[in-house]
Amino acid sequence: MASMVALILISILVVVFWGSLESMGRYGLNFLITSNWNPVDDEYGAFTAIYGTLVTSLFALVIAVPLGVGTAIFITENIIPLKVRNIIGLMVELLAAIPSVVLGLWAIFILEPLIRPFLMFLYEDFGWIPIFSTEPLGPGMAPAILILVVMILPIITAIARDSLNQVPIQLRQAAYGVGATRWGAILNVILPAAISGIVGGVMLALGRAMGETMAVTMIIGNSNVFSWSLLAPGNTISAMLANQFGEADVGQLSSLMYAAFVLMVLTLLVNVFAQWLVKRLSLKY
Amino acid sequence: MPDLGYKNWQKRNIVNRLLSVLAGLFSFLCILPLIAVLAYILIKGISTFNLDLFTKLPPPPGGEGGGFGNAILGSIIVTTIAALIAIPIGVGGGIYLAEYSTGRGFSQFIRFGTNVLAGVPSIIAGVFVYGVIVSTRILFGNTFSAIAGGTALSVLMLPTVVKTTDEGLKLVSNDLRRAALGVGASRFVTVSQITLPKAFTPIATGVVLSIARAAGETAPLIFTALFSPFWPNGIFDPIATLSVLIYNFSAQPYDLQNQLAWSASFLLVVFILALNLLARWLGRFASK
Amino acid sequence: MTATSSSQSAHSNLDICLSIQNTTISYGDFEALKNVFCDIPRGQVTAFIGPSGCGKSTLLRAINRMNDLIEGCSLKGRILFDGADLYAPDVDPVEVRRRIGMVFQQPNPFPKSIYENIAFGARINGYDGNMDELVERSLRQAAVWDECKDKLKESGNSLSGGQQQRLCIARTIAIEPEVILMDEPCSALDPISTLKIEETIHELKKSFTIVIVTHNMQQAVRVSDTTAFFNAEAVEGGSGKVGYLVEFNDTDKIFNAPSQQATQDYVSGRFG
Ligand SMILES: Nc1ncnc2c1ncn2[C@@H]1O[C@H](COP(=O)(O)OP(=O)(O)OP(=O)(O)O)[C@@H](O)[C@H]1O
Ligand SMILES: [Mg+2]
Repeated sequence: MASMVALILISILVVVFWGSLESMGRYGLNFLITSNWNPVDDEYGAFTAIYGTLVTSLFALVIAVPLGVGTAIFITENIIPLKVRNIIGLMVELLAAIPSVVLGLWAIFILEPLIRPFLMFLYEDFGWIPIFSTEPLGPGMAPAILILVVMILPIITAIARDSLNQVPIQLRQAAYGVGATRWGAILNVILPAAISGIVGGVMLALGRAMGETMAVTMIIGNSNVFSWSLLAPGNTISAMLANQFGEADVGQLSSLMYAAFVLMVLTLLVNVFAQWLVKRLSLKY
Repeated sequence: MPDLGYKNWQKRNIVNRLLSVLAGLFSFLCILPLIAVLAYILIKGISTFNLDLFTKLPPPPGGEGGGFGNAILGSIIVTTIAALIAIPIGVGGGIYLAEYSTGRGFSQFIRFGTNVLAGVPSIIAGVFVYGVIVSTRILFGNTFSAIAGGTALSVLMLPTVVKTTDEGLKLVSNDLRRAALGVGASRFVTVSQITLPKAFTPIATGVVLSIARAAGETAPLIFTALFSPFWPNGIFDPIATLSVLIYNFSAQPYDLQNQLAWSASFLLVVFILALNLLARWLGRFASK
Repeated sequence: MTATSSSQSAHSNLDICLSIQNTTISYGDFEALKNVFCDIPRGQVTAFIGPSGCGKSTLLRAINRMNDLIEGCSLKGRILFDGADLYAPDVDPVEVRRRIGMVFQQPNPFPKSIYENIAFGARINGYDGNMDELVERSLRQAAVWDECKDKLKESGNSLSGGQQQRLCIARTIAIEPEVILMDEPCSALDPISTLKIEETIHELKKSFTIVIVTHNMQQAVRVSDTTAFFNAEAVEGGSGKVGYLVEFNDTDKIFNAPSQQATQDYVSGRFG
């Protein structure tokens, strides 16, 4: 029965690879760098979706890492009473339990209208920067990034919290013992000792962000037209799959499978790297 | 007498206070979404909560009234199918890893595979089941079906169940195992009579959490279970689920449908948070 | 000079560095150590001895407010350092720890280079002299310079246990405290390293006040001038054994002519 896990994993790879063979043969690696996705002419290139996947998850990471690590520090180092810390920890864990589709609903009706004035301000005052160069008209990459932040925050916080808790008490004592202030100890001794675990957690979060589907699909706008701008609607591989897979015809299906294969390879690489990092950590301590 | 007083305006104290405030602010930003999401779901969900939601079918576009009784039933059916597939395989795999394997080579590979499978995007599970079950019409010529949806969800539940079983069993002390084997019990009897009951709570906690996660999953269902505006018609037909209903109805331009999406979210979130708190309570129960 | 009216103040004629006054330390509801009075003289080595669990480490950690790191640990009474109450509400524990350094039971160098191990503490304490010189001086004082001088850039963890412990002593010396607390600094070490550290302590006595916890009677005799003997006993309604100070006096007196029967039993190895 244990081999079922391996069997499923391998068959997922095989099924997705098999399905994408035709499209691979037709477009080769050009698929990755062309951006016209046109079911009518039966021409496919996934650059828009790949760009969207990478850009949304990386930006989400940039915002979520400081927030998550900061929160983890706040709830492991005794800055405030233990009771309050436990409540914050519990709430962050519960945030992880909220289904993605519910967050998507919330993003459509609450979050996006709420931040639109701010996005408008970015467009009007910083429109000369390519990533702010279009007028925000509703769904787009920017709100998708924010909802991704909400989704990966709990993972980063939880893993950073575990890594910080694993730092041996002796090391803490050493730092405070030579007269370090709280943040002197955190920044110079405790955080460096926990860093490989935290980086592993960040990589896991990156994998999650790249594969995250529902909330992103609902708020990103699902546009196949390429734009550098974060304020414009865009697409990610998983959003494209969610949207088009159900009613695709044969040629499109194969291209979608190809896109799924790309996503699979990306997340696999990130996950294996994350596991390797975490393992290296557990060997060290 | 040495001066040991805390000096408010010393540079290092100012820096420390600033950083602490910053970390506190980050924590607040972290829990703000939870509060905001729960608040809106409560406001929008409770205000129109009524019994019709449980007993009626969704209205046609532009229609009035109605509920999502079919989606509630469908979610229960699909999640149950997923649990029926994932729990036996997952618990069995976990038992193998913890009790029978040597901890080298093959089982290392399986543990690694379990972690990798846990990181596979949920939409890929949908693509996989679509490729294997839906497009091949392997199940009596049916395409989209409750059973395809359940299978897709089970792929996502499996790694969690394997992992918690494995870890739960590893916590059981080896002395207990040796004691049982020492009095002549077979491997099988030892596992089924001694170690499994001991590890019941952590395994149950993991199973409850995986069910909670599966109940809210949407991506793997969109093109496996599909959706249906009617009452479930057996497990070989397309079926409505709460999560897909939220997705579909959120995109419709009608207030009524949007409203139903909020009500469904309310129900789903209450159910999932309840399961999470149950798992937490189980865990606490175990540590006593 | 008055005779020891109470056994707790042996040296009324000496300069008092630390004065522990009616101190009770609890972990949550559990009182680990009760009503301790004890005046630690300046420029001497004071040893804390007693059976396991009687609260020696607890008291030692209280002296530089290390117990602040332990959730639920609280202190009643006063500990005066040169007349200043360490537990007054406006005291900055960081200031306390910079004046009262600590060497722990397990060697705990930072996972940084040997050089950084010493420079880190000095730097955050605002040392702006010649760092190379300070590193060398501290390592020499801790009698570990010869072993380290060729590998200052290597990790502190690459040293042996005994060398690590002396590195930790050097690290503490480098912040130029007035008092050094040592919690069983030799318990993880072999006899030779132990001897080296004892020699180091003799050296350090010239410039620091030292308080050392030890389980080794001979060590207490060898290194200390005064000795405090602690014991623990079960009290009614308590959840565990409560520690208290039995006798505090010159090391000679404690080991040769103790005034308490319990002390006599303990130092002669007839304990139980
Ligand atoms: N962090 C802690 N939390 C709760 N109780 C503690 C803690 N540290 C020590 N104690 C308790 O306080 C009492 C005194 O402990 P302490 O470590 O001070 O003893 P000790 O005299 O140093 O013993 P040893 O010689 O074994 O080091 C013990 O009963 C111990 O269980
Ligand atoms: Mg101790």
